[in-house]
Amino acid sequence: MFEPRLPWILLLAAIPLSSHGQTTAQELAAVREELGELRRDYEARIAALEIRLETLLSAEAAPSPPQPRAAPRVSPVAAVNAYNPEIGLILDAEWREFSRNGADENIPGFPAGEEAGIGAEGLSLGESELNLYANIDTRFYGGTTLAFVDEDGESGVEIEEAYIETLALPAGLSLKAGRMFSPIGYLNIQHAHTDDFEDRPLPYRALLNNRYADDGVQLRWLAPTPLFLEVGAQVLRGEGFPASGAANGGKGAWTTFAHVGGDVGFSHSWQAGLSRLSGEVEQRETAGAVFTGETKVDIVDFVWKWAPNGNPTVRSFKLQAEYLRRNESGLLREGNVVGNLDVDQGGWYLQGIYQFRPQWRIGARYSTLRADDPGLLFENTVYDPGESRPRHVSAMVDWSSSEFGRLRLQYNRDSTSGDTDNQWLLQYIFSVGAHGAHRF
Amino acid sequence: MRHLIASFSIFAATLVTGQPAAADLRVLACEPEWASLVEILGGDNVTVNSATSGLQDPHRIQARPSLMAQARRADLLVCTGADLEIGWLPLLLRQSTNGAIQTGQPGNFAASDFVTMLDVPTRLDRSQGDIHPYGNPHVHLDPNNVAIVAHALADRLTELDPGNSARYLSRNEAFQARWSEAILNWEERAGPLRGLRVSIYHKSWVYLFNWLGIEEVATLEPKPGVPPSGAHLADVLARVQSQPVHAVIRASYQDDRASQWLADRAAIPKLVLPFTVGGSEDADDLFALFDTTVSLLLSVAE
Repeated sequence: MFEPRLPWILLLAAIPLSSHGQTTAQELAAVREELGELRRDYEARIAALEIRLETLLSAEAAPSPPQPRAAPRVSPVAAVNAYNPEIGLILDAEWREFSRNGADENIPGFPAGEEAGIGAEGLSLGESELNLYANIDTRFYGGTTLAFVDEDGESGVEIEEAYIETLALPAGLSLKAGRMFSPIGYLNIQHAHTDDFEDRPLPYRALLNNRYADDGVQLRWLAPTPLFLEVGAQVLRGEGFPASGAANGGKGAWTTFAHVGGDVGFSHSWQAGLSRLSGEVEQRETAGAVFTGETKVDIVDFVWKWAPNGNPTVRSFKLQAEYLRRNESGLLREGNVVGNLDVDQGGWYLQGIYQFRPQWRIGARYSTLRADDPGLLFENTVYDPGESRPRHVSAMVDWSSSEFGRLRLQYNRDSTSGDTDNQWLLQYIFSVGAHGAHRF
Repeated sequence: MRHLIASFSIFAATLVTGQPAAADLRVLACEPEWASLVEILGGDNVTVNSATSGLQDPHRIQARPSLMAQARRADLLVCTGADLEIGWLPLLLRQSTNGAIQTGQPGNFAASDFVTMLDVPTRLDRSQGDIHPYGNPHVHLDPNNVAIVAHALADRLTELDPGNSARYLSRNEAFQARWSEAILNWEERAGPLRGLRVSIYHKSWVYLFNWLGIEEVATLEPKPGVPPSGAHLADVLARVQSQPVHAVIRASYQDDRASQWLADRAAIPKLVLPFTVGGSEDADDLFALFDTTVSLLLSVAE
């Protein structure tokens, strides 16, 4: 709007006026003032333009705002093997020393399964477990856990679990089929390598042969509530101890279970459960006794975990307790004793595990059993507890080299039968390859 | 009484449909930084919960029953991905019985899918510690990554809740404007941090240091995820004494003892950075997280 030469034109126009005597001096002053005003005005405008130019230049130099990248990262590797299931191997071995000569595998009063003992004295390989699991497609997940066992020099493979599970049924339902650990109680569904002690607590050993696993179908429903609530049921073959013989046309056992759980603040979380296993027993043979009838196991379980701010890396505590009760009724045949039996048996355990610094944990456990007197007829049969009151106290310390390795030293004061046995156990558990997340 | 009936009908509706009566999008974020971002983009159209707090190590939490209950009801899961949550998320997903948030579904959002990963290992072996095959997963500490993730997240919210798409997109636009201005401001303030030399506890800061030009001299963990051993700490001390550092840094959820030991022995300041939203009292949202982080780092830069 202003041209740079304008002041000079004004100045030239003012020159002729200067020859007009006295008024000229005043006019000259006025023109000078006007000229000064214009010059100041111009300088201000130039300065403003210079600032604008500078900001534009600096904005150009600054990094441009990030651009969105719509496409997700694509892995360069697209080998066929990329679809292989997660493969994980659990390696486990023990060194057991017992004070009593030759551990008595039998718990008086309890007809126990094959796994109920505490294992061989001395050095031995435990079960090596191979886990193969993957999402099958958008709707199913599945896989298997194979256990490599070595008993009396005979090596073999046992199918611990092999199941499929739905991922996307509506309304919080999920269906599982195949061979599986039953989600009854707390410990039953946990894999042995995640256990806090080398052996299972007495009630699990005596009443469930360490755990109840069977072939079947499971339906589970998770409630849409802020409090965790799941309920479910299974129909099973009825081959796993304490059921036996795949009765009822291979549908010889049923379970029902319910769990609730939640948090108290960020530092505490808990879970509690109520479950029942009902099974038909056909020709179950334990220590020369043959039983046919019905078995029913009820379990109440509770676990509470603490970690400061919910961060278990340094310190944490876990308290766990379960109560199991079993009723068996039916026909028992042992030697020349034959008769109808109806007996209640039960037991409980309580354990606490404290991680006092990273990698180090200590723990203690008490477990006990109680069996009713089955009656005069059944004196000296497997159901006769005699005077015994099985008790078992354990203490352990373990060190984890990482999330994938653990060494454990455990002491048991085992009074399951007459004499007390002092047992020392040294165990390692290592995990190679893919390592699935542990259950709560 | 009327209140009771109203509560009951909401409860009944919840039981029948598995959804609350309100049309909110229910979001479960694995980490608080993404919960904060979802809050910014979703506003009152979303209800967001975070599976971890700023004081928890996101590698190491458990698939707790309460998380199972939250995952059951979530319409959208927003996580870091890149195997950060490998120790608990796969189990949580399987047990949630929620088809909408399974891997590959629109309801499963992994932030690391959208950014360029750093520290991608060329060799995978557990003798190298708990390394992540897809690269260092702590991507949120470069604010440029947060901006990229915000774009993708706004798109995802739009996809899941098309009725409110205009709101998600306009909130994202407003966020991007504020965020890029904030980045300029942080970068300007953080000028003196270029070339700062530090020792750290865990490789949590790769993206932050890459952004600000900070040099990581030593790590207190001998390998990622392995707690510091005495022998390794002695090595670190020797290195720090031969190549002086400005500070030893840890996240608020990481064990203090090793950092304190090094700070005492090497006579250097110990710095606890929030690492994520909620990691310190000041860091109550994403903006405050970076404000605080830059200020704390500047306090040792002189």
